[in-house]
Amino acid sequence: MKEHILSIVWLTPLVGMFILLLLPKEAKNLIRLVANVAAFVGFLVSLPLVFWFDNASTAEYQFVERMSWIPSLGAEYYMGIDGISLLLIMLTTVVGFLSILSSWTAIDNRVKEYYSFFLFLQAAMLAVFMALDLFLFYVFWEIMLVPMYFIIGIWGHARRLYAAIKFFLYTLAGSVLLLLAMLALYFKHAEQFGVYSFAIEDLMRTQVPLDMQIWMFWGFFIAFAIKVPMFPLHTWLPDAHTEAPTAGSVILAGVLLKMGIYGMVRFSIPLLPEAASDPSTVQLIAALSIIGIVYGALVSLMQKNWKKLIAYSSVSHLGFCTLGIIALNPNGIAGGILQGINHGLSTPLLFLVIGIVYEQRHALEIADYGGLANRMPVYTVIFLISMLASMGMPGLNGFIGEFTILRGVFEHDPMWAAFAVLGIVLGAAYLLWLFQRTMLGPLTNPKNETLRDMNPREICVMLPLIAWCFWIGLYPKQHFEILDKPVARIVERVDPEYYSRNGIPNPLNEGAQVAKLVQD
Amino acid sequence: MFFLDSIWLIPLFPLVGAALMLFFGQRLDPQTAHGHADHGHGDHHDSPGKKLISVLCPGMVLLSFIFSAGAIVQLQGVEGHAYEVVKFTWLAGLKTATSAGPLVDFTAEWGYLLDPLSSVMIMVVTGVGFLIHIYSIGYMAHDGGYYRFFGYLNLFIFFMLTLVLANNYLLLFVGWEGVGLCSYLLIGFYFHKQSASNAANKAFLVNRIGDAAFVLGMLLMFSTLGTITFREIGPALAAGGFQAETATFGALSVMTLLFFIGATGKSAQLPLFVWLPDAMEGPTPVSALIHAATMVTAGVYMVARSSAIYVLAPKTMMIVAVVGGLTAIFAATIGLVQHDIKRVLAYSTVSQLGYMFLACGVGAFWVGVFHLYTHAFFKALLFLCSGSVIHAVGGEQDMRKMGALKDKIPWTYRTMLVGAIAIAGVPGLAGFFSKDEILWQVWSTQHQGLWVMGFITAGFTSFYMFRLIFLTFHGDNRVDPSTHVHESPKTMIIPLVVLAVASVFAGWAATPAAFADIGLHITAFEHMLEPVVAMPNAHGGGEHHDTGMEWLLMAASVGLAFAGIFLAKSMFARKRDGDAMEKSLGSGLHRLLYNKYYVDEIYGWLFVDGFAKGGGAALSSFDTKVIDGGVNGAGWLTRAISTVSIWWDTWIVDGAVRLTAFLVKFASYPMRMVETGMVQNYALFTVAGVLVILGYYMFQ
Repeated sequence: MKEHILSIVWLTPLVGMFILLLLPKEAKNLIRLVANVAAFVGFLVSLPLVFWFDNASTAEYQFVERMSWIPSLGAEYYMGIDGISLLLIMLTTVVGFLSILSSWTAIDNRVKEYYSFFLFLQAAMLAVFMALDLFLFYVFWEIMLVPMYFIIGIWGHARRLYAAIKFFLYTLAGSVLLLLAMLALYFKHAEQFGVYSFAIEDLMRTQVPLDMQIWMFWGFFIAFAIKVPMFPLHTWLPDAHTEAPTAGSVILAGVLLKMGIYGMVRFSIPLLPEAASDPSTVQLIAALSIIGIVYGALVSLMQKNWKKLIAYSSVSHLGFCTLGIIALNPNGIAGGILQGINHGLSTPLLFLVIGIVYEQRHALEIADYGGLANRMPVYTVIFLISMLASMGMPGLNGFIGEFTILRGVFEHDPMWAAFAVLGIVLGAAYLLWLFQRTMLGPLTNPKNETLRDMNPREICVMLPLIAWCFWIGLYPKQHFEILDKPVARIVERVDPEYYSRNGIPNPLNEGAQVAKLVQD
Repeated sequence: MFFLDSIWLIPLFPLVGAALMLFFGQRLDPQTAHGHADHGHGDHHDSPGKKLISVLCPGMVLLSFIFSAGAIVQLQGVEGHAYEVVKFTWLAGLKTATSAGPLVDFTAEWGYLLDPLSSVMIMVVTGVGFLIHIYSIGYMAHDGGYYRFFGYLNLFIFFMLTLVLANNYLLLFVGWEGVGLCSYLLIGFYFHKQSASNAANKAFLVNRIGDAAFVLGMLLMFSTLGTITFREIGPALAAGGFQAETATFGALSVMTLLFFIGATGKSAQLPLFVWLPDAMEGPTPVSALIHAATMVTAGVYMVARSSAIYVLAPKTMMIVAVVGGLTAIFAATIGLVQHDIKRVLAYSTVSQLGYMFLACGVGAFWVGVFHLYTHAFFKALLFLCSGSVIHAVGGEQDMRKMGALKDKIPWTYRTMLVGAIAIAGVPGLAGFFSKDEILWQVWSTQHQGLWVMGFITAGFTSFYMFRLIFLTFHGDNRVDPSTHVHESPKTMIIPLVVLAVASVFAGWAATPAAFADIGLHITAFEHMLEPVVAMPNAHGGGEHHDTGMEWLLMAASVGLAFAGIFLAKSMFARKRDGDAMEKSLGSGLHRLLYNKYYVDEIYGWLFVDGFAKGGGAALSSFDTKVIDGGVNGAGWLTRAISTVSIWWDTWIVDGAVRLTAFLVKFASYPMRMVETGMVQNYALFTVAGVLVILGYYMFQ
């Protein structure tokens, strides 16, 4: 059980999908029920990971499963997780289940296909966070596009086909670069060691001259930057978010964007550390991140479409993440990853908030709403909390992420932090203005008179996310403990002297230090 | 030490109240689920649920008050007069490199610190807070959203107590942002009014600018000193060998400046004061509690809390003093001409906060806190009285539609008069002692220019306060005749009386040094704060006190205060003929002051329409036209190339293929003519062939 837990976790949704395929397509409620149960079981089977995961372990990856897959290529079925993957996997099983739960009444046509695609997507996303073989990673990374393409293209809004194709092609363009860089590294490794392997630790051993590293780095990085998305590669996102059905936006914001962040910290930075820490690389990425923070916020401010506003806010928030990561010190990287998780909690909340009124009114323009607080008190509170989480109110998750990032960034260059705090001001501006225009003031549009407040199912969808937001905001300790060692490994790769130079104990040596103390 | 170990409970009580209200309030008070700003006074029978709210929420604050008082009593027996309770480590985890030392462990605890400075603050917050809760029972009785109001109010008390009891800057920031949130919610309490939600947004956003600076200040503090915990600041300064940055504008100066920018947001100083007057959109008890007595003084508290660092940054101190002095006089001039009773008080608050920063800026931190403490009483009193007036005249706030109310609402009149005398600086009452001490500290630290500003402000203060009194309570009756003017209920009057008493006596905690001549020099407040707050003047200047000068200045400011009162009386106490202010100032100057120097318009044009909306709109079109245009352009180009390819493919490549086919077909045409597939034809051809062959042989 324990040695195959990762396979169980990612295959569970797939099993659910196959069961769905056997059901008659007219039995809509049965399909819904089975899909929800499958997703919930998917969450349950992921829970043991949390309890079995050992923070003190010195092993780089835990729950490792490894077997030969395509021997002629050297590709393996090689799965394993560290703290970073653990957090993202848990985020995926939770947000994935909740987005399936949120679809109960929202989706009424082609129900069977819808849930099948969703469960398939869920499996692919989980596998992405587990794969330690670059080839295997690439396969899942690409496969994931297919269900998402159909979810946007079939169940989306008016311009869904444009958005779906744009999403697919944009990401695919990045993937081509990823594939090229990946193969270059793979052949370089084979040339040096005489064996073909895609395993991450083998590739890390490869010696690559700096100039070659730099173009490989950008190959990896652009692919991930599109997914994040970083300015100026972000324009697929507003369309995809706006046109996707609610649950699609939730999954997109909650999990898919995190793959870009994950790719950076798992592959592009540790595999090509010299290129990543090259000052010109760092400066460029930092500049793009800061532009993204301010740019995303300002563009967000002027959006007339509710979903587009939230979509652009993602550009701003994820600018914080990439800025933290490229500071290349423990706080920056840990903050960047944690802020990724935070964004994966608060932005889905904001999309779910939209979904509740969209389902009733079928309107997404902000101007169609106004004064909803008069009719929907519970909804108002939930929206308010989601908004505060997103804008970084202390006591909620966003603040912990932003502050940790800022600490890392400040350590690297105080001026970066000075620019980044602009995002804190503007973040409050677009959200408060949105809240004012939709919720406050008199209820003027008669069509909104009939809106009902949230029902228990809708509240149940939101509560776990809100609880997680408070958990990180009030007691983030466990999250940082999980991230401690994997982050230290990344720092060691890009700046091996970091810990000794600053006289900070390396979390990776903590075990050794204790042992030494005992000896003394 | 039961109470001392329970100081963490002090903020928790109101949090429980707030949580109960937000979860169950609607069930307790179902009729008032939605807010309505109506001051109707029909026969009203309170539901049991509503009564429960009226007991529960003020009760929670009373519990906090009792625990605070108990803890402060016990604190007197503690060595060093400081007691810390740490509940858990909130943010720690990753190690950080700093310039302060080789290994500094960043920690922010969820910990509470009770010392004389926080003692003053919690007494003000829970004491004044409790009275305002009681007052609200009467004031909000007819408003919708009763439970929501008390829930927010309790939540505010929780955050405010967290702010003043926090043992480190990060937890202080939790309270700092939290009170901002509550302020947002309460300013926008009548959320169906557009002006209220505008004001709420403005308050939050302007504060956020200050908050961003505050965050940077914390980061710089941590990287410079290696700690953000209050009790470690002093030792860290000593260990780091920091000297006063007299010649340079170094890390300490930048840090203190960033904190001060944070304070200008929260405490409504130039240039970020613009939100506070608009905040008067909230219910009046909110104005009294949040926008006069407690939240807006958080900036002063924070500066006093950081006084050990400020004294090492004389350049920032100078900025603090100048900004404080300028704000004091600037806001007072605007307050001279406003018609809205609450707006006069709002500008007065901005002006008085300026005094507090002026005191801090010249190094008299304890006097800043002293003025904070006296001001909390008389300004809360004045706001609550104005609320009582507004309540009496049916919601009217324009003083031009009041007048001659003194006999109709006698208790409101008497208490408000006490408040006005106190703030005007009439000797013996609270405001006199604190304001006079500020002016003396400014003078005696050789800041004569700033003293002039403070001195003139004092004159303006007594003038605009008594303008308010005479316009509201004296002169001719200009109240809408259909209004039934009535005195407020007891729940509102009792808090007024208690605050009026406090406004009389609170000042006797510290009297001028010159009072030593008459045997009345009290130094209790100063001594109490000595362990916490830096006192550079006392140590640097020595104790050669120019008592004669002090008496002289005191006499001058008292004279000026009376002059202001009499001028106001001569202008406004008699029958009203047009706008006396406009006449005496001239319409141009009057318009400039009445429109608040057009600061709102300038900011709106520059930052809201220009930077935010203009920039946002420009970038939006850049995004869709340029960036996405590029993407769509690439798509178009691909399609164009593919169209050309299709054409090429169809006509050239496929054309060649088809040409070949055509040629073959063409060449084979004659043959195809023959191959018809019909047996008869083949038979015919066969017969014809046979005949031809036969003929050939026959004719050969």
